[in-house]
Amino acid sequence: MIQASPRLDSKCPTGPIAERWDKHRFDLKLVNPANKRKFDIIVVGTGLAGASAAASLAELGYDVKAFCIQDSPRRAHSIAAQGGINAAKNYPNDGDSVYRLFYDTVKGGDFRARESNVHRLAEVSNSIIDQCVAQGVPFARDYGGLLDNRSFGGAQVSRTFYARGQTGQQLLLGAYGALMRQVGSGKVQMFPRREMLDVVVVDGVARGIVVKNLVTGEYERHAAHAVLLCTGGYGNAFYLSTNAKACNVTAAWRAHKRGAFFANPCFTQIHPTCIPVAGDHQSKLTLMSESLRNDGRVWVPRKDGDRRPASEIPESERDYYLERRYPSFGNLVPRDVASRAAKERCDAGYGVGASGQAVFLDFLDAIERDGEDAIRAKYGNLFQMYEKITDENPYRTPMRIYPAVHYTMGGLWVDYNLESTIPGLFVLGEANFSDHGANRLGASALMQGLADGYFVAPYTVGGHLAGRALPEVDTENPAFREAELACRERTDRLLAVNGRRTADSIHRDLGLAMWNHCGMARNESGLKTALERIRELRVEFWENVRVPGDGEHLNQALEHAGRVADFLEFAELLAADALDRSESCGGHFREESQTEEGEALRDDKNFCHVSAWEWNGLDEPSTLHQEPLDFEHVKLTQRSYK
Amino acid sequence: MSDESSGMHLTLEIWRQDDADDRGRMETYHLDDVSPDMSFLEMLDVLNEQLISGGREPVAFDHDCREGICGACSLVIDGKAHGADAETTVCQLHMRRFKDGDTIHVEPWRANAFPVVRDLVVDRSAFDRIIARGGYVSVGTGSAPDANAIPVPKDRAESSFEAAACIGCGACVAACPNASAMLFVAAKIAHLSHLPQGAPERDRRVLAMVDQMDREGFGNCTNHFECGAACPKGIEVETIARMNREFLSAALRER
Repeated sequence: MIQASPRLDSKCPTGPIAERWDKHRFDLKLVNPANKRKFDIIVVGTGLAGASAAASLAELGYDVKAFCIQDSPRRAHSIAAQGGINAAKNYPNDGDSVYRLFYDTVKGGDFRARESNVHRLAEVSNSIIDQCVAQGVPFARDYGGLLDNRSFGGAQVSRTFYARGQTGQQLLLGAYGALMRQVGSGKVQMFPRREMLDVVVVDGVARGIVVKNLVTGEYERHAAHAVLLCTGGYGNAFYLSTNAKACNVTAAWRAHKRGAFFANPCFTQIHPTCIPVAGDHQSKLTLMSESLRNDGRVWVPRKDGDRRPASEIPESERDYYLERRYPSFGNLVPRDVASRAAKERCDAGYGVGASGQAVFLDFLDAIERDGEDAIRAKYGNLFQMYEKITDENPYRTPMRIYPAVHYTMGGLWVDYNLESTIPGLFVLGEANFSDHGANRLGASALMQGLADGYFVAPYTVGGHLAGRALPEVDTENPAFREAELACRERTDRLLAVNGRRTADSIHRDLGLAMWNHCGMARNESGLKTALERIRELRVEFWENVRVPGDGEHLNQALEHAGRVADFLEFAELLAADALDRSESCGGHFREESQTEEGEALRDDKNFCHVSAWEWNGLDEPSTLHQEPLDFEHVKLTQRSYK
Repeated sequence: MSDESSGMHLTLEIWRQDDADDRGRMETYHLDDVSPDMSFLEMLDVLNEQLISGGREPVAFDHDCREGICGACSLVIDGKAHGADAETTVCQLHMRRFKDGDTIHVEPWRANAFPVVRDLVVDRSAFDRIIARGGYVSVGTGSAPDANAIPVPKDRAESSFEAAACIGCGACVAACPNASAMLFVAAKIAHLSHLPQGAPERDRRVLAMVDQMDREGFGNCTNHFECGAACPKGIEVETIARMNREFLSAALRER
């Protein structure tokens, strides 16, 4: 039975779904324009969510401090998103609408997201495209000079706007430009090469942060009236993922330890089309945009262990297994379905390449049909990237691809205002859990990051500032002193272990345990093994890690060790959540819960809820809070892509 | 197993510098068993694992996405910014481009406007300050017209995109004998000047950005064209001529 936790008030408005956001905005208190400059707002992270929020809040007149770990806000990992951004513009006249985008996103998320949030996301999607175009984002256009759209990731309509295979880069540079404009005007103070190490809570409200200056090693305290975490996802808990190397869970995890509940950490997305692992030295995995599945056909040999080159395998001996299993969606099934199907073939011995852990993604038919130039125009940069990494020419031989950890749907729990269980602490973008349920659809991450930053937080943060008494707090407050001291002690502990293993080697071991037991398919005994292994690794880390140097200079070994230490604590929660959720849904596949054909089987009776975990201390079990999910508009059905 | 390994043996000459005040020096390292499938940065990871295991501090270098788009990585390899391969960032450079027994020299970007922070890490915040002076369209959130209200000819949009592909890595500066930032600034000017959006602030943009570029201490362009050759995104040096035209006409109108 699902029991609604009194600690989780979603604050979702009621009434007709299309009017809820309007009504809610009207109900939010406004900050008097003359008073806005009296409020300081901290934004941590400068990806799509952070940069857009910082810029928009500064435009409104608030004083904003923005922080990032990279040397420049332009380098946040949103920059690497390839495929595109969805919006319900219906420019192609193919039947799209706000309601259809809402419907597809709820269904694609396998009914584990809030309807109210998802509808708002679909509503603001069109404004995002308007905003980005006005900023000079060079989206693809047709010969009439109007915007071009493509179909993406299983959508039956063409609603994806794109800038070749570099959409994330172009959108981020747009948001970065807006941010830098405010830096130039003095409304945003930018703090690069800073790592957030703690949220400071005073009288129950988030009132600041402690950061480490990564160049000087100094600890810095910053006070504010609201704190926004826009710090991305936790995919690097798996070590190998498509995330950038600096992506980490530290900011979110430290907030969790201060009282922000963590929701659905087991909802991780394994992307079906990535370049396979080449060897033990592998430091990250590279995504090949899902848009490639619009023209590429996925296949493996019909004979197991067939290691002939693709060109020597005749058509009759190829198994286009997605087209075979899912005739109506074929190669365009959602990510979770495509990933599991690839794993199934490889586990059964049909994988290709030296490791046998890969399937073919073949463009020869498309090149024959449309010509090489047309394929180059669409995917040139991806093909080039593939060739650089693998030394193989995908215009001549099929790509080899395999699934990899890519995105995390779980994140800090937030209500409809994007506010966490710590009042005054807002969480935006991939760092929150709210809009994608158990599986994110392609081209929806960019949409959500920008929706949160441009069009949601600017209103809801105002509601917090206008609606709560916020007495002045300065950085000499005991809560700041205590937080800084705790950060210092942790760093000192890391430096003092002086063991024999590098943080990276322990991180790799953690990743292996996560991938093997908590990856594309999970089961009870595997998850229990994972939990044990994670605890062992955590103990080993604190007894045997070696961090050279000191905390007073740029020390990348120390930075990494601190992040690994947090991943080791966080991973346990991820595995515990996966163990608790004994149903399959979206990207979370429990082998105990599948149909006869091997498809994911949800258990709506017991699991149609958000799992939000409350931290009780190291080695203490976390408390599970449940937020039931109601589906008034999209009927709960088993997804089928047959 | 024989003791023969398929990996390469390499000698690395790497710039080490404790902080901005340190004089710095080249140090020599030996690495065995380097796989040709490793990226250059993965090779450095292996070196750093060795160093840390021996209780020594790893070589600091900037890197993040490792797929050629974030612009963080910034190494001069054997005298070439991002190494010898065309249109490649260091993170995309693979060890199959090197031979067993090679000696490889690795240095940071060298430019007065990019002071060394540590080892191979430099401070490129000058680029952010240039962008803050005008590398954007002034459009507040919420005030945009419908996205299709202003058509943009396909070829103009494409040209804009080509320039907008700049990743802000700074290889153009590192490659230029004068440490000029002209290609970086020109790319942003070209990106925006190809589009109707932002046209009202076109003059102000180019004048302010060039002014900031000069203040940061970057050198002048004397047509060496090394920037274009080093650019991992293939941004063409003609972009600079376009900026010069923009600058000239803006300066004339300003009078």
